Amino acid sequence: MKLLLENAHIEGIRFFEAYRKHGGYRSVEKALKMSPAEIVEEVKKSGLRGRGGAGFPTGLKWSFLAKPEGIPRHLVCNADESEPGTFKDRYLMEFLPHLLIEGLITSSYALGSNATYIYIRGEYAWIPDILEQAIQEAKNNGFLGKNILGSGFDCEIYVHRGAGAYICGEETALIESLEGKRGNPRIKPPFPAVQGVWMRPTVVNNVETLAAIVPIINMGGEEYGKIGVGKSTGTKLISACGNLNKPGVYEIPFDLSVEDFIYSDEWCGGIPKGKKLKACIPGGSSVPILPANLLLTTAKGEKRLMNYESLSDGGFQTGSMLGSGGFIVLDEDQCVVKHTMTLAHFYMHESCGQCSPCREGTGWMWRILKNIEQGKGKMEDIDLLWDVQRRIEGNTICPLGDAAAWPVAAAIRHFRDEFEWHVLNPEEAQVRNFGLAHYADELLIQN
Amino acid sequence: MSDQPLFKVTIDNVTVEVPAGTTILQAARQAGPEVAPPAMCYYSKLEGSGGKCRTCLVEVSKGSEKDPRPMPKLVASCRTTVMDGMEVKNYTSERVLDARAGVVEFLLINHPLDCPICDQAGECHLQDLAYEHGKAGTRYEFQRRTFEKHTLGDKIQLHMTRCILCYRCVMVADQLTKKREHGVLDRGEHAEITSYLEKNLDNEFIGNVIDVCPVGALTDKTFRFKNRVWFLKPLNAHRDCEKCCGKVTLWNRGDEVFRVTARKDQWGEVEDWICNDCRFDKKKTSDWVIEGPREIARHSVISANKYIGLKKPTETIDEVIGKKPRLFMDINKVSGVNRKDIDLSLIEGPAHSIDFDKDK
Repeated sequence: MKLLLENAHIEGIRFFEAYRKHGGYRSVEKALKMSPAEIVEEVKKSGLRGRGGAGFPTGLKWSFLAKPEGIPRHLVCNADESEPGTFKDRYLMEFLPHLLIEGLITSSYALGSNATYIYIRGEYAWIPDILEQAIQEAKNNGFLGKNILGSGFDCEIYVHRGAGAYICGEETALIESLEGKRGNPRIKPPFPAVQGVWMRPTVVNNVETLAAIVPIINMGGEEYGKIGVGKSTGTKLISACGNLNKPGVYEIPFDLSVEDFIYSDEWCGGIPKGKKLKACIPGGSSVPILPANLLLTTAKGEKRLMNYESLSDGGFQTGSMLGSGGFIVLDEDQCVVKHTMTLAHFYMHESCGQCSPCREGTGWMWRILKNIEQGKGKMEDIDLLWDVQRRIEGNTICPLGDAAAWPVAAAIRHFRDEFEWHVLNPEEAQVRNFGLAHYADELLIQN
Repeated sequence: MSDQPLFKVTIDNVTVEVPAGTTILQAARQAGPEVAPPAMCYYSKLEGSGGKCRTCLVEVSKGSEKDPRPMPKLVASCRTTVMDGMEVKNYTSERVLDARAGVVEFLLINHPLDCPICDQAGECHLQDLAYEHGKAGTRYEFQRRTFEKHTLGDKIQLHMTRCILCYRCVMVADQLTKKREHGVLDRGEHAEITSYLEKNLDNEFIGNVIDVCPVGALTDKTFRFKNRVWFLKPLNAHRDCEKCCGKVTLWNRGDEVFRVTARKDQWGEVEDWICNDCRFDKKKTSDWVIEGPREIARHSVISANKYIGLKKPTETIDEVIGKKPRLFMDINKVSGVNRKDIDLSLIEGPAHSIDFDKDK
């Protein structure tokens, strides 16, 4: 069942005319006849969880929004999708921009936001134009601007291009950046729901979350809540990449098993050249990596499903997180140490530098990993690496510290033997270039 | 009288009552220096400061009377407000001490231990922090971050290498002088404090950035390397100043004024900001009305040989936290020259290491 990508294949769906012809903007027409409180109630009933990574219930988040008299409120769409392995929002914005705009209008009405912002990642250089065109089309057709559809509700949507910093995906850093300041996370409390953009009450939601408001209003919160498993309701976009025959963006039902998702022809179609599955990072690079055996089966011995509860079953000892849905698959040829080193470099590069454990610790982790990967490490380096990540996790201002620490912790927890192999076989470790092995094979075949 | 409700909060077994909205750090400071967490970036007089250095992390073992659940993570005490019935562990928490040791280790990765030559020696908060919470060695064996030296005008010198990015100086420039003089460039471990294209910091109150710097990154060009602070005599003095309160501390040697600073309180924070004229240009004793000697907190090396206001210290830390404080180095135990059996006055000339050689 597809709720978001149902019409994605239709030619011209990017433009208003085709989108409207296929039932677009029905939810706005319906929502504007409801009261804002009723919409929030529908979202609560739907059980929708934020699709940015943390998975916090959206309706609950909306109900936290302070509503002081005479002070404007804001909705901000977090389109700063920078997590390695996650590219689902890009797909939505590029091919279904009106779906996002439609969700934004309804959400703005529900939250009382007359000025709504889309904060988009700087590297998505071509997408702001697509969004701005969609906004203009919606405006020309009376769905944006003054007195939308005669309801008395005014709303403008502004697209704000970020300068390309991963940290600006963190909601308070995003707000700082939107205000024109350095994108440093703020210390919470106060939460954005009380003091957000320009110290006004603000809700920050992910692109996919806001797009999901459209089917929720169209079909009703209760109906939406019936789709899915347990507290994972609706559907989820997954951006699958790595060693897969059919990488791409998929809209999955929450009762889909991980095994089916990887191997079924309907989905990712298995691993190229029949190679074995080694590991997977199931929810974007910041969540713990899982070895094949733990990925396919939960701690209770059941089939692991592609939903919030099942993927986190067993905690970080034997589980991981659904996160943002960036599904990165590693086959048997891949080197976990090298991948962890690459990720550590990313987090070092993207640390904002405000708090000391993250500023200094991420760089330290990368350097130790680089040494080990290059066969220059010592056995005690592995324990040191563990200790450094332990002292970063939970001690930083924002979750970037955790995001940097978890992949390292999980890699050591599940693949310690591979780290030890690098230490014990320094010469082999130096000549084995894991990242290129895959392509080297293909070159041999071609020649 | 204020009708604000009072919250009861217990920090390391010491209970105090504080108004709602007080932070844990402020409550701890009210409870006493024995339980107050260290703070490298927090500065009560600067709006929005705190939360960055992570040295003031504490464990909340009981959230409040209403919701007694402990907080899962350690929290920055400088930015977390108290709740009624809250119980906080600072020095009594192994988790806190471990995290703080980690923070010291992280900070010292890119802060050179050049205390013997640094101008801030004796007044450095990082030095105190490392002494109380650090470990004797580091496990970091890679190249350190280095920076070009910046000159910020004729009165202020920036040694970015020593900077721990506490943002205090940026906040002073922004809030006190109402003029954004400088800021932070780059991110992560490359982040650095800098002015706009080597621009000088030029404002009547900009000298205060030197006083708020917890380490030796910002120094006073009219004083730096001219003397060590513990050789100087701090005096309270004042003058009629049109721009500021004119209340300062003079740092004299004999009658010569070596340095002028703002007066600092028990927590190392400036009591009243002073202007550049008072700080940099009034270096004659005759410019000032001397009030008398300034009392210096006993823990500081600057208090050495200064007996004014000396009170016999009572060691309350072990009473409060129920055990001896954990110092990373007890000089009396590790020093080879601390031998009671040797009478130094009987040694001819200066003592040498050979005089303390146990095998001799």
